[in-house]
Amino acid sequence: MMPEMLWKLLEITIIIALLIPMAAMLVWVERRVIGIWQDRHGPNRVGPFGILQSLADLLKILGKEDWIPPFSDRLVFILAPIIGAICVLMSFAVVPFSPDIGVSDLNIGLLFFLAMASLAVYSVVLAGWASNSKYALLGGMRAAAQTVSYEVFMGLSVMGVVLLTGTFNLREIVLAQSEGWLIQSQFVGFFIFLVAGIAESHRLPFDLPEAETELTAGFHTEYSGLKFALFFLGEYLGVTLISAMSVVLFFGGWLMPEPLSAWLPPLVWFIIKIMCFVMFFILLRTSLPRPRFDQLLKFGWMVMLPLALLNLIVTALLRLTGVL
Amino acid sequence: MTEVDIKASKDWQMHQAVPLLDEIMTISPELNLQAVTAIENIVDDIPSFWLDKKQLIKLMHVLRHELYKPFDFCFDITAIDESEKQHKSPLAKVFTVSYHLRSYQRNQDIRIKVALSTSKSSSDNLNASSLDSVCSFWPNANWYEREVWDMFGIVFDNHPYLTRILMPNTWQGHPLLKTHPARATEMDPFTLPPYQQDIEQKALQFNPEAWGMKRQSKDSDFMFLNLGPNHPSVHGAFRIVLQMEGEEIVDCVPDIGYHHRGAEKMGERQSWHSYIPYTDRIDYLGGVMNNFPYVMAVEKLAGIQVPDRAKVIRIMTSEMFRILSHLLFYGTFAQDIGALSPIFYMFIDREKLFGIIEAFTGARMHPSWFRIGGVAQDLPKGWDTLVRDYVNYLPKRLDEYEKMVMQNAILKQRTVGIGAYSSQEAIEWGVTGPGLRATGYSWDMRKQRPYSGYDQFDFEVPLGHNGDCYDRCRVRVEEMRQSIRIIEQCLNNMPEGPYKAEHPQTTPPMKDRTMKDIDTLIPHFLNVSWGPVIPAGEVSVSVEATKGIMAYHLISDGSTMSYRTRIRTPSFAHLQMLPLISKGQMVADLIATLGSVDYVMADVDR
Repeated sequence: MMPEMLWKLLEITIIIALLIPMAAMLVWVERRVIGIWQDRHGPNRVGPFGILQSLADLLKILGKEDWIPPFSDRLVFILAPIIGAICVLMSFAVVPFSPDIGVSDLNIGLLFFLAMASLAVYSVVLAGWASNSKYALLGGMRAAAQTVSYEVFMGLSVMGVVLLTGTFNLREIVLAQSEGWLIQSQFVGFFIFLVAGIAESHRLPFDLPEAETELTAGFHTEYSGLKFALFFLGEYLGVTLISAMSVVLFFGGWLMPEPLSAWLPPLVWFIIKIMCFVMFFILLRTSLPRPRFDQLLKFGWMVMLPLALLNLIVTALLRLTGVL
Repeated sequence: MTEVDIKASKDWQMHQAVPLLDEIMTISPELNLQAVTAIENIVDDIPSFWLDKKQLIKLMHVLRHELYKPFDFCFDITAIDESEKQHKSPLAKVFTVSYHLRSYQRNQDIRIKVALSTSKSSSDNLNASSLDSVCSFWPNANWYEREVWDMFGIVFDNHPYLTRILMPNTWQGHPLLKTHPARATEMDPFTLPPYQQDIEQKALQFNPEAWGMKRQSKDSDFMFLNLGPNHPSVHGAFRIVLQMEGEEIVDCVPDIGYHHRGAEKMGERQSWHSYIPYTDRIDYLGGVMNNFPYVMAVEKLAGIQVPDRAKVIRIMTSEMFRILSHLLFYGTFAQDIGALSPIFYMFIDREKLFGIIEAFTGARMHPSWFRIGGVAQDLPKGWDTLVRDYVNYLPKRLDEYEKMVMQNAILKQRTVGIGAYSSQEAIEWGVTGPGLRATGYSWDMRKQRPYSGYDQFDFEVPLGHNGDCYDRCRVRVEEMRQSIRIIEQCLNNMPEGPYKAEHPQTTPPMKDRTMKDIDTLIPHFLNVSWGPVIPAGEVSVSVEATKGIMAYHLISDGSTMSYRTRIRTPSFAHLQMLPLISKGQMVADLIATLGSVDYVMADVDR
């Protein structure tokens, strides 16, 4: 029993130790790639190709004064960024990275992920509230409304997957795709999941809680130093998580079709697929403007929710008639 | 290819079928309008009259409401401190308040001057006597009157809220009075002790009651959000206080003056020539476009004829700056909506164009390149290749931006029907330039009142339909294409000849004969060391600048410096209109509206 426990702990440590630097690297990747797409250089000074930029940023952030605004609600102000980062990290516990890597094979893995995604909103709402600043409050309010609206159909969008695979266990969902990825039949579900995922991770065009042209920095206006870095970390981990979940649910996880699968180990395939999604996220950020708050909510309730329901019904009907 | 015959060009002249005075007199014979005197030497053929302040409201009513084709546009209201003037009209007293009105339908201006004396108030300060406010006729008179009060201490009776506008609330004195020091060295050293800092900060706190706002509605408290003076989307140091219910704006109060540098006051102690660099920094995106009305005004006072080549060079560089300014607008507008990339592509285009400007002038954003009588240098060798390359390059880029920005569904959703106003409202509030044309009202100085040879160029005036954010952007995008057309015509029809007039008062005067005869050496020496002496007179010259109509109203007292320099800028009027168009908007709409108005705070505050 003991060695098994130790082995699990080691695995968790390794995964976290890899995930956090990866999120940090992602900041550099994003800045660099956006730079190139926008005909600029991006950060290219620290280390080869600027690869150590994130390290430099981290050092700078560590050296900053840990300032808590005197007008804020101290305890909640400190807790908020921690909640955000923890919720995202917890979600990674159920992600199957490869046939034998993965912290937990929870049989309700998918539900666990949805629950954690919902909990993460507390981070933003509490940050907005505890800052006791008008811009932060507006950002927090927007985040609350946005997350509540979007997670409704985020849950609905993946029900098609559950219907077809008959399980909430993410590892089994991946294995069920060995005959063919679920994107073939669940492309509508995938689209909805992706939109909701972008909204959950507050990325452009759904970055209204922090919309810098309107609310200066939204919910994290008053944050600086390490606590700000935690929000940042949470955001980039969130991007990785949504990418990973898209891959697991719709693109066969670590699985690849026959000739390709032998070329690289499953974990590498998994990471490559994730990176494709991350790049897509970054591309979205460079190319789209931001809708207005009420338009965003309207889009969620009037378009995405009916679409998610329709997808679920059609999937169920096809399943009953034996087409799928 | 269009032929441009710049020799045939004629500056616009105001036509008067029936003298305006007769028209006014038939309606209201008791008005005692007195023609301006010869000593004032008004050289801009705007009908100008003196009026007793008691009859002001009567006359304004006639002009605004009773006249056939009324004066619907209050172009400018300003004042002059006449106390030190040598060439003073016998009708003038200590202060003169000058109203500059325009009728779009007549395409005619009128200038009304009201003389004010001083009255002893309770303290020993000499205070100007008051006169009636004209806010009820033109809503945009509000800010102009506040500015006159702020700068001269002239009180306007029945003004809605006469308070400081450019200077801080704690300011002592009125800066444009001749008695007010113009240099820091004439005042005590500046200090800001803690108690004074507290006072200053308290003075900046917003007081809703003073603006007639309530703190609560029936069922909720309003939130007062202080947007600015430092905020990513206010494009400079501009503060707007929002009264909000949730995310909806109930009312707002724009607060300007954070970028005030006293450009008008500086005009009174700079030589006519050395003031040119200051004009560059009024609309700091407009570059030489700012020099344009100023040098034209001085040339009119001095009676200088600008050679054809200089005229075309001026038009070409001004249109380049129009493109530069509009490109920046385009990018920041998209960025305000949340699209991050376009601005970077547009900055590359700007960079290329700045390269050309640099090759011409040696400077980039603020070339200060126009001179009294012409421009500073001739165009460099090979200029035409540079310009031709750019003229071929930009349209393709604009086509790309069309897809990237203008046809984007989200952007359309955010801007179509947002922040709209009608032509009627635009005119009433003094909106000019693209903001006016976006409502479908075709009025472009370059067409309606051509100057400097614009009448010979072939270009169109792009119009919008709805006057909303999207149309304001659309009009500017199309204007860039028209500017390219104009530049192309300049390129193909650049006349040969001198780039500066042969006139002793051009600065610096032409030098070719200075070493040969004493009669040119002496004026040259004087004009370079003292600066030119411009004959006494008064003139107001406006141009279609990047953001609307910009005018310089110069009063010379026959010396090396201007007696009064008044700068009428478009952005000032545009910002005043914000409360009207932002009521009922969401915060995000306000940001889109601010972006689409395209103002520059330096242009507002001067």
